[in-house]
Amino acid sequence: METFAWAAMSVLLVCAFMCLIRIGQGPTPADRVVAIDILGVLLVGLCALLVMISWRDFQLTIALAWALLSFMGPIALGKYLEGKPFDE
Amino acid sequence: MSEWAAIVIISIGVLFDLFGCIGLIRLPDVYTRLQAATKAVTLGTCLILAGIAVYAIGTQRYPTAVKAFLCCAFVLATSPTAAHALARGAYRGGIKPTPSVVDEYADAAADSPPGDADEEA
Repeated sequence: METFAWAAMSVLLVCAFMCLIRIGQGPTPADRVVAIDILGVLLVGLCALLVMISWRDFQLTIALAWALLSFMGPIALGKYLEGKPFDE
Repeated sequence: MSEWAAIVIISIGVLFDLFGCIGLIRLPDVYTRLQAATKAVTLGTCLILAGIAVYAIGTQRYPTAVKAFLCCAFVLATSPTAAHALARGAYRGGIKPTPSVVDEYADAAADSPPGDADEEA
């Protein structure tokens, strides 16, 4: 089971590297923001797979907090893409 | 038994994540990348969390299962919302879908141009 968890985590790391490629070469700012959003959701899955190796609950708590925080970032960046100030 | 169910569910989830990220690399413009990556990666991450919950229930770790289901619900609620906000921001920011044939959002966006108070948000 742990071997399987390590394999799944390595595939997710490849996915995260693809997101980093898109962040690096995205032609518009919107591409980069989309890739940042996807990277956040991928990291939630990665934190959750860490639980299968060590069986400590706090890593799932980290995944929970990361899911909520990675929601706030793209919302603010969407406002930025729209060209509006944040308090509107 | 629950171990094999968890392995199958997590494998499907990881494959969805992989295909979503391949779409993020390969597709031509912002909106196609957004729809491919967001839908596939949201489903993939939810399947990973559901597989962990199944395995935790099978080995009688019930608090872990509850946390995994809670995390699944949060991802399922927040990720499409963020994608919606990003698509809206990109469109209002002047990025057009490049090979587009039909642009039905143009009328709705023209009714409340950027800078106005937006009631439909």
